[in-house]
Amino acid sequence: MSEAIEKTTLIGKSITKPDAPDKSNGRTRYINDMVLPRMLVAKIKRSDRAHAKVLSIDTSKAAAVPGIQAIVTADDTPMVGVGVTKDNPPLKKDIVLSMRDELVAVAGETEEAVDKALALIEIEYEDLPAIFDPAEALEEGAHQMHDDKPGNLSLGYQTVHGDIKQAEKNSDHVLDEVYDVHYVTHVCMGPGCVIADFDTHGKLTMYTQTQYPYNYKMDLAPSLGMHPGDIRVIQPPVGGAFGSKLDVYPFEPIAVFLAKKTRRPVKLFFSREEEFSASPTRQPARFHIRAGVKNDGTLTFRDVDALLNNGSHTSWGATTPFVMMRTFTGHFRVPDVEFRSRAAYTNMPYAGSFRGYGNVQATYVTATVMDKLAEAVNMDPISFRLMNAQKAGEVTPQNSKLEECFLGECIETVAEKTNFLEQYNAFKAEQDSPGRYKKGIGIATSFHNAGGAKIHKSDGCGTVIMLDDYARATVITGASEIGQGIDAVLTQIVAEELGIPTESITLVNNDSAIGPWDVGVHASRTTFIAGNSAKRAARKARDQILDAAAQRSNVAAEELDLRGGSVVQNDNGVPVMKIDSLLRKMHFAGEDAELVITHDYYEPPSEPEGDNHVGDISAAYSHGAYVAEVTVDTWTGVVKLNKMTAVQDVGRVVNKLGIEGQMEGGIAFGIGYGLTEEMIIEDGEVKNPNFRDYKVMTAPEAPELEFHFIENDDPDGPFGAKGIAELPTIIPAPAIANAVYNAIGIRFNNPPLTPEKVARAIVEKQAAKVAAE
Amino acid sequence: MSEVNITLTVNGEKRHVSVAPGLSVLNMLRDKLDLTGAKLVCGEGECGACTVIVDGTSVNSCLMYAVELDGREVTTVEGLQTSEKLDPVQQAFVDKGAIQCGYCTPGMVMQTTHLLKQTGKPTEEQIRRGLEGNVCRCTGYTKIFEAVNQAAEG
Repeated sequence: MSEAIEKTTLIGKSITKPDAPDKSNGRTRYINDMVLPRMLVAKIKRSDRAHAKVLSIDTSKAAAVPGIQAIVTADDTPMVGVGVTKDNPPLKKDIVLSMRDELVAVAGETEEAVDKALALIEIEYEDLPAIFDPAEALEEGAHQMHDDKPGNLSLGYQTVHGDIKQAEKNSDHVLDEVYDVHYVTHVCMGPGCVIADFDTHGKLTMYTQTQYPYNYKMDLAPSLGMHPGDIRVIQPPVGGAFGSKLDVYPFEPIAVFLAKKTRRPVKLFFSREEEFSASPTRQPARFHIRAGVKNDGTLTFRDVDALLNNGSHTSWGATTPFVMMRTFTGHFRVPDVEFRSRAAYTNMPYAGSFRGYGNVQATYVTATVMDKLAEAVNMDPISFRLMNAQKAGEVTPQNSKLEECFLGECIETVAEKTNFLEQYNAFKAEQDSPGRYKKGIGIATSFHNAGGAKIHKSDGCGTVIMLDDYARATVITGASEIGQGIDAVLTQIVAEELGIPTESITLVNNDSAIGPWDVGVHASRTTFIAGNSAKRAARKARDQILDAAAQRSNVAAEELDLRGGSVVQNDNGVPVMKIDSLLRKMHFAGEDAELVITHDYYEPPSEPEGDNHVGDISAAYSHGAYVAEVTVDTWTGVVKLNKMTAVQDVGRVVNKLGIEGQMEGGIAFGIGYGLTEEMIIEDGEVKNPNFRDYKVMTAPEAPELEFHFIENDDPDGPFGAKGIAELPTIIPAPAIANAVYNAIGIRFNNPPLTPEKVARAIVEKQAAKVAAE
Repeated sequence: MSEVNITLTVNGEKRHVSVAPGLSVLNMLRDKLDLTGAKLVCGEGECGACTVIVDGTSVNSCLMYAVELDGREVTTVEGLQTSEKLDPVQQAFVDKGAIQCGYCTPGMVMQTTHLLKQTGKPTEEQIRRGLEGNVCRCTGYTKIFEAVNQAAEG
């Protein structure tokens, strides 16, 4: 037969995204581009008060606008809440609790008609005292926002390990500081959009941007008075998500109310202003941290009190403490730890899930505190971290089992690659010398779940693989694609197992009526969980093909392999038969006919949190150590990030192009958090709901990036891979803040380090120095 | 207000379109000509996702009135490709992994096309300045710069 086929691997190679060509030439139809026959457009009239009684809503003039087909208010709805604690009725009745609150929605033939109608809706309010600060909301006598939430307490979390009081006595230095971390938001390029469409049986199809299509049905149904089984979720391509679409938000049931009323498809979409002011934010928080250290550099304890501004209603933001506490208690070896959080209702916007999920906030604190503690005991930032870094086999107080641990290796590598200590000492010596521009270098580290996170009853993902008569594979996965590139990774994994080209694979993952269950794109889990599921389903298909080949070739299945579209002999690569020809023989075998259709549901070997938040919630954990190099303009306060060097434990690189893209994009979010991005909210109103005043990173600011991946196969990861995509967002901001300290000797416990803030601090420092002299 | 009839060339084809005086080029392309490549992201010229080329110059199509296009020539992201193969700029964005969610891509591709026409082989500074009006939230721009360089190499 033909020539031998060498064994090669796709793992670690660069695979381009299968959906990229259609995205490059305008062919991709995003949800925002979709038009269904007889589709109406819809928009929402929101409160323009932070806290008020709604005395009356008059929609008569709006209803008279030509082309208006339906108007809904709370009276047209079952008044069942959406969101994590179901405290958010899609349309509000009698009381509004924030500027974003939804009061009326209008559907019409054209956007112009809808805009005209919205402007004609008359709402009478009676203002109530508003509360914007969570501490005020918890004061005795504060106005209670929700009838069933006495004291304005939303969610609280607490974990206690060891004896803080004793540990404090054993400490030589105790740091006691308060941090305030701010509001930022996702700024997805594709504005919020949903299309609701009922069929004649009364079944609902939702075309949505959701990142969690299966539990989405469960969460949406009660607000509609429907059975989850009567909802089909279709996920057209979306313009970004980053965690913003992991909950049901009011606009989604509102579109359904309008579709139901009109018996027509309804497309409801956001303006850019709404995208800023009426989408979830990252959770802001005030942390009171006390942390101890012995003179020899040993960490003794950490005690953290977190006060969260819950905003008017509850989405995932208020739950982020369960991730924050993993870092506060488990990053570096700290024997005695306590963490307490309270989220208080206010009349502010509310936070959702956002790439990094609580760990962005916690790492800003821990990574700058580590620098401060090192200084307190006269140690350099590297040696101090290395001596407190966990090693393989250690277990954190919350029972994250660090079966493998490359924290030390990450720190050593990044220090060496950046010549850290030499630069650090040189810049430190230059701090007080004359000169406008000051350079600085800073390190930060963190750890995050890298093998899923068991926060739901299942953290699994299903896959179905079907091979046709031509050895083309259809891979049906529960995993959602939101731009992150799981399409490329799963294609690569299945092609690797089946020995067929990546071009022979079609991925289907956009329809809940077709795909098997998955918990959603979050927690850096998809490559690990969906990758394992796809690999296992492909392995079953491979075994079936090899068995059939063995029967037809008198070579044992164990001695056969699949390469380059052929069944080959494992030892010498000599082809035995073509896979497509074999598949046809299997298919057309009369009574023994078989198709290759396999499936798998992968549940990772992790455990849910039990009491006191103890549990090995992820099948793997990973660490990263990043170094920022900055130049501070001491006249203007502008911090220029010159370079970010990132070292991260990734298990194994699957798609080189994809992992680099996730690192680069994740870091951009981290830089924004540290330097430029901030929602300015005054009296409950977002004052900068546009790209001009809310500063996301643009091309001129993109820093030089250097990556070093620590690769050691994770025993449970697909081909050894771990989840990677949140650490790049988590670590940059404190690395930058530590670098700024190295440059100018000023600490910032309140990111972002905007020019105004930095310049003011420099002036104050100089003034204090003059006063002291 | 009554609509105005305009005649323009879109991606090499002569088109007659009836437009309201207040209609933007972007909405005309998307709603009247079914060219949905250009995206409405900010609607105020801050993000570049709606970038198209009018008479050889890149513009934010959300800020331009459709009536201004009478007698003029527009190229959109759908019009770059002249054969079954992607245009070299589009191909470079695919090859270099410069596309994640892809929502900014049509604007980036058009702005890059304009930049390459202006500069031939742009310097790094020219690439950064040339793309500063185009926001990408996914990639951090590194791979976009690489794509521009690949496209410039030809």
